[in-house]
Amino acid sequence: MLVGSPNVGKSVIFNDLTGRYAVVSNYPGTTVEVCRGQARVGDVLLEVVDSPGTYSLVAVSEDEQVTQRLLTEERADLVLHVVDAKSLGRMLPLTFQLIEAGVPLAVDVNIIDEAERAGLSVEPEVLAEELGLPVVATAAARGVGMDRLRALLGGEPPPRSGFRVQYPEAIESAVSRIVDLLSGDYGIARRAVALLLLQRDPSTWERVTRFDPGSVVNIERIVMEAEAKRGNPVGYAMAVARQKEAGRLASRALIRNRRPVRRDFREVLGALAMHPLVGIALLAAVLYFGLYLFVGRLGAGVAVDFLDEQVFGRHVNPAVTAFFNRMLPWPALADLFVGEYGVITLGLRYALAIVLPLVGAFFLMFSLLEDSGYLPRLAMLVDRLFKRIGLSGRAVIPIVLGLGCDTMATLVTRVLETRRERIIATFLLALAIPCSAQLGVILGLLSLHPAAMAIWVGVVSGVFLLSGFLAAKLVPGETARFYLEIPPMRWPSARNVGAKTLARLKWYGAEIIPIFVLASVLIWIGRLTHVFQAAVAVMRPAVNAIGLPDSAAEAFLFGFFRRDYGAARIFDIHGGGAVSGVPLVVAMVTITLFVPCIAQFLVMAKERGLRAAVAVGAIILPFAFGVGYLLNLVLTSLHVRL
Amino acid sequence: MREEELSERAEEVLARLWVAKDERGEAACPLSEIATEDRDAALAELLESGLVDQDAETVSLTRAGQTEAASIVRRERLAERLLTDVLDLGETRAAEEACKFEHLLRRGIDDEICTLLGHPKACPHGSPIPPGECCRAGARSAGTVISALADLTAGQTGVIAYIHGRRRQLTQRLLAMGAVPGTAIAAVQTSPAHVFQLGEAQVAVDRETAQDIYVRITGKQGAPAPPAPWFGRPFRGLRFRRGRRGRGS
Repeated sequence: MLVGSPNVGKSVIFNDLTGRYAVVSNYPGTTVEVCRGQARVGDVLLEVVDSPGTYSLVAVSEDEQVTQRLLTEERADLVLHVVDAKSLGRMLPLTFQLIEAGVPLAVDVNIIDEAERAGLSVEPEVLAEELGLPVVATAAARGVGMDRLRALLGGEPPPRSGFRVQYPEAIESAVSRIVDLLSGDYGIARRAVALLLLQRDPSTWERVTRFDPGSVVNIERIVMEAEAKRGNPVGYAMAVARQKEAGRLASRALIRNRRPVRRDFREVLGALAMHPLVGIALLAAVLYFGLYLFVGRLGAGVAVDFLDEQVFGRHVNPAVTAFFNRMLPWPALADLFVGEYGVITLGLRYALAIVLPLVGAFFLMFSLLEDSGYLPRLAMLVDRLFKRIGLSGRAVIPIVLGLGCDTMATLVTRVLETRRERIIATFLLALAIPCSAQLGVILGLLSLHPAAMAIWVGVVSGVFLLSGFLAAKLVPGETARFYLEIPPMRWPSARNVGAKTLARLKWYGAEIIPIFVLASVLIWIGRLTHVFQAAVAVMRPAVNAIGLPDSAAEAFLFGFFRRDYGAARIFDIHGGGAVSGVPLVVAMVTITLFVPCIAQFLVMAKERGLRAAVAVGAIILPFAFGVGYLLNLVLTSLHVRL
Repeated sequence: MREEELSERAEEVLARLWVAKDERGEAACPLSEIATEDRDAALAELLESGLVDQDAETVSLTRAGQTEAASIVRRERLAERLLTDVLDLGETRAAEEACKFEHLLRRGIDDEICTLLGHPKACPHGSPIPPGECCRAGARSAGTVISALADLTAGQTGVIAYIHGRRRQLTQRLLAMGAVPGTAIAAVQTSPAHVFQLGEAQVAVDRETAQDIYVRITGKQGAPAPPAPWFGRPFRGLRFRRGRRGRGS
């Protein structure tokens, strides 16, 4: 099992060991991704598990809870602690905790290339001797040291380390008293359990109430005694003690013997990305090249055109239509598959030809940004602004993901710390963040009219900020704090980016294709029973009120099923010339703000509760049309020509 | 404003009353709870000075008494902070000495010590330090020894002295990331967020969190700076630590 802090290169090592045979899945009951794979080392087949990044065994976030559970429940034959060479002093405290846990342990000092650039060299033998554990030094991204690692993994399990951190007397005595009260099987050494209890780790407390219910009261008393008369929790003193030891070891095992190499392009870029003015310019560049050009033009323009018009338009649709019409003499039934809203002619076509390539392009770009280390810097830049709308900089991740797929982003809001943040982020995702399929269509359409584009961008961002600001005032709760490690900028690893993009695409494909099919079926039923027509008739007045033609009403109804479905429908209508100029902008703005798609709605209900989801929908629906109405009013009365 | 000095025993009683009122929420304190030497003499003195009211069972502070008591507690806890953080005496010894140390501090010096220590919000045991005028003004001086991370300018280096842990999880995470008392850091950027160098890595925190991390300054003392306007100090914050464009502090 691979364990380590974020940004130490665990996934690179994982990919190197397991090659193509890896599965990314959610740990049961969580949204935390765990990678499992198989590695062939020598003539032995190993099962490898990559745990989520963690700074300490004490679990503050869901990620860290999962890592703790993996350690205690899965009982790996070997735990490999991967550390960042140049920050050895900061990484060793976790090594100590793992030693205390008594698991079979080895240490991989990774990213030694960056350490060398900083003028630091590693002495793995010294470290191995001090810790009593096998230690290898690697630079996994460059393939350095991987053979040594494989040799280590293929060999015998390492002996237990005799290393021990001595904590202050009061803590040590509390530990031994607690250990005496524990009798259950916790998967890790009792000393470690006692230490976790003293640090008030919630997962461990929960396990103790299950395995040793009788002792809970006594343990609580001991812990409270230890906490008395301290300004800080017990964990504070423990961290200080660990850091002292870690510092001592690091000064022996990590030696500065050279001046750091001159700053190179990556460092300069990294520093610039954090500069407020340059950072914003960089963000604009990323949005322009990444989103607008790559996703919008390349994705929507080239890929979609090709797939939609050439593949489906010329070949698939006619062939399939002919086939079904021949096989099924009943027009109503054939209609289900190949009619105007048919499963194949519409549902599959939208899924494969329009939505999937766009989302794929987006995920590719997102993975690139993620891997390069840009996202934490962006989070830092926007933190202050986000605080005004009730979020913290960390929320930049789900918000940006929402530009790819709002449903996925809504799931990711789980990582936000406070309930208030989660609610506000969910609301904003539902209201003002267009997903990439929608974006691709919208950007593709509006790119022909730069003024229209500017209006759209302005109105949507304005709504985003304003409603966020209002939500921040109305939703009770405390503000989240922001703290984030900023990793060095790195060249994205092609393999990592590819693997992540593929994994996300797979998830997305498995989700949308059934829904598009379902949507087609529902529309078919709706048409047969005339419910669909009735619904369209109901929508027509609202649509007309904002200055759009009747045919746009259908598009909005489609928007209930998938927002991208709806936007794509307007794409179709526009191609036919029915919507352009001011009505086009109004349509785009309204459909962007429109209620979330059915999948997102379901996820919202699951994550935030049904009442919250319905409330969000109920607020958004009139709001979207309201904004559309106002915009139409303003533009027409100003006689704007587009 | 008092013209005559209070005796030590009177000050001790006032301090006890303040703790009882402020921390346990009881305005009146039962006589039995005040078990100091010469208690009755002290109470007599305080009654005479109009600092307490006394009835059969309980004693309580008057308005004037509250202000005076807050000042006493403030001096005592600041003294504790001074002895722990700067003179490194260790918690128990600092507590013992602080009691005596405090009686020697005259009013007025406490503001200077508070500024020197970067306006700490709590004593080493976690008890709150009543704020003074200097805290409200955010005063800084050239001789500041300990400062909150939020008040450092880009380029200043220091060693983390302590973390004022208002939020347990946050403190835990900061410690786990390596921001442990005794670790050397350097301020890199102050706007739009506070970024500091921690060994070979960089960590970003928001202003509220930066106000909870107290640092003992070791290098590049800044000149006193005016309190930051609400949007931060964009021009000061743009200097970078490795000084490609640094103009020095």
